[in-house]
Amino acid sequence: MFSGNVFVMEPISIPGASGSAENATPSPDGEPIGRSLVTLERLVKRYGDFRALDGVSLEVSAGERVVVCGPSGSGKSTLIRCINGLEHPDEGRVFVDGRAVRSRGRGATRALRTLRTDVGMVFQQFNLFPHLSVLDNLTLGPMRARGLSRPQAEALAHGYLKRVRIPEQADKFPRQLSGGQQQRVAIARSLCMEPKLMLFDEPTSALDPEMIAEVLDVMSELAASGMTMLVVTHEMGFARRVADRIVFMDAGAVVEDTVPQRFFEAPASVRGAAFLQRILAH
Amino acid sequence: MNGYPNGRLLALLGVSTLALAGCGADLKWYVVSPLTESGRANLLFLLGGLKYTLLLSLTAIAISVVIGLLVALPGISQRAPLRAINRVYVELVRAVPVLVLILWVYYGLPIVMGISVSVFWAGVIALALSDSAFEAEIFRAGIQSIDRGQIEAADSIGLGYLDRMRYVVLPQAIRRVLPPLGNQLVYMLKMSSLVSIIGMQELTRRANELVTAEYRPLEIYTVLVLEYLLLILIVSQGVRWMERRMTASER
Repeated sequence: MFSGNVFVMEPISIPGASGSAENATPSPDGEPIGRSLVTLERLVKRYGDFRALDGVSLEVSAGERVVVCGPSGSGKSTLIRCINGLEHPDEGRVFVDGRAVRSRGRGATRALRTLRTDVGMVFQQFNLFPHLSVLDNLTLGPMRARGLSRPQAEALAHGYLKRVRIPEQADKFPRQLSGGQQQRVAIARSLCMEPKLMLFDEPTSALDPEMIAEVLDVMSELAASGMTMLVVTHEMGFARRVADRIVFMDAGAVVEDTVPQRFFEAPASVRGAAFLQRILAH
Repeated sequence: MNGYPNGRLLALLGVSTLALAGCGADLKWYVVSPLTESGRANLLFLLGGLKYTLLLSLTAIAISVVIGLLVALPGISQRAPLRAINRVYVELVRAVPVLVLILWVYYGLPIVMGISVSVFWAGVIALALSDSAFEAEIFRAGIQSIDRGQIEAADSIGLGYLDRMRYVVLPQAIRRVLPPLGNQLVYMLKMSSLVSIIGMQELTRRANELVTAEYRPLEIYTVLVLEYLLLILIVSQGVRWMERRMTASER
């Protein structure tokens, strides 16, 4: 299969897609002014009779930091997993950087691979490769998917290990690291792909409390560096400090999509208020 | 170190003592005695089969692991027709007794294909085919035991199917299936005795021939039992050593 990616991905025009990333300004009401990086159109995902996503639409501009929150089972994870093709919506369309994400048809596999080199993903359970050293975990993607040489990939890996503040652990195996260190390695592994967008699926939910801060610090730094981020999390402090927008989901739908201040101080919905009360009460 | 090597030694000693005591039978150990010249010659003749037993088993297991892996991969496909290929192969091959397969390959295959198959290769083909169905099931189980998150992580860094298998799934799966693979190797060493039926000069065949010449079945077959016992104890130690070596890197 020698068809180039250009041919298998359908470039489409999206409202607002002409603007450049530099003048992208996060907007309070979810109307992106800058270049749209992610566009979700009326996504529906069913598991049997259960509707995990019930017609969700969302736009994320380049450089935006969006926190997705909501009660468990509200469809947050499913939503972000649709963006890098780990889940395929039953209805609706996903666009990343102007290209449609397709799961079926000719060239779909190849197109998905290209998409995934553009979209980093950090999992709740880290999902590091246990049989590979930290360094090999980091260099595998750059070498096999991006075609870098080993020295190039290792230089890249050492650079990102420094950024997540564990430069000395390169030769350890995942099992030898603490949970917080493992998750930072996982973040570095995604960054080594030099993605345009990073997805975080409850990155601190599997961590002991004392390790949550070290992971959130790394994520805050990443946000400050201008990375576009979509973060599913229950860490409301992080959301308040770092997010440009809060997307509150319930029962497979976006209930609120607003700036953190407005969401935390005066949630517009009853469900949003109830959720905040539960999560901030303890 | 744990205690099992001593346990094995004891078992070996136990069997030997039992055999030597002979339960009151009229034993004529001279036929295999290392102290007499004819005994030595007989012993060397018996041990000479070891080379063929090993060559046969190791060649067959190497081939059957490769076939097993190739058959296992479609078995975990999301496409039903590919899975069907795996099922049909496993069910068909698994249903044929090894001995029957040996006879069929040696006497039947030359007629079907119009080629002559040597005793050695007939044995290798039959053993490898027969074992490959089991290897396929072992590999399928091993691959399916890998956490879904590993596959998603491999996907999320843009690895394709082959890279994902080669660098992420198989290295982990193979570590997990080493114990059952070791089992199959032991099984293969024992099954190779069946190839004696078509005249392969391995351990069992040589014992049979010596028995025909010397009329001392008890003594000679006892030596045969000890030969297999020793061989397999050594092989299982080797497998354990490999298991330890391969899992050591993860700790």
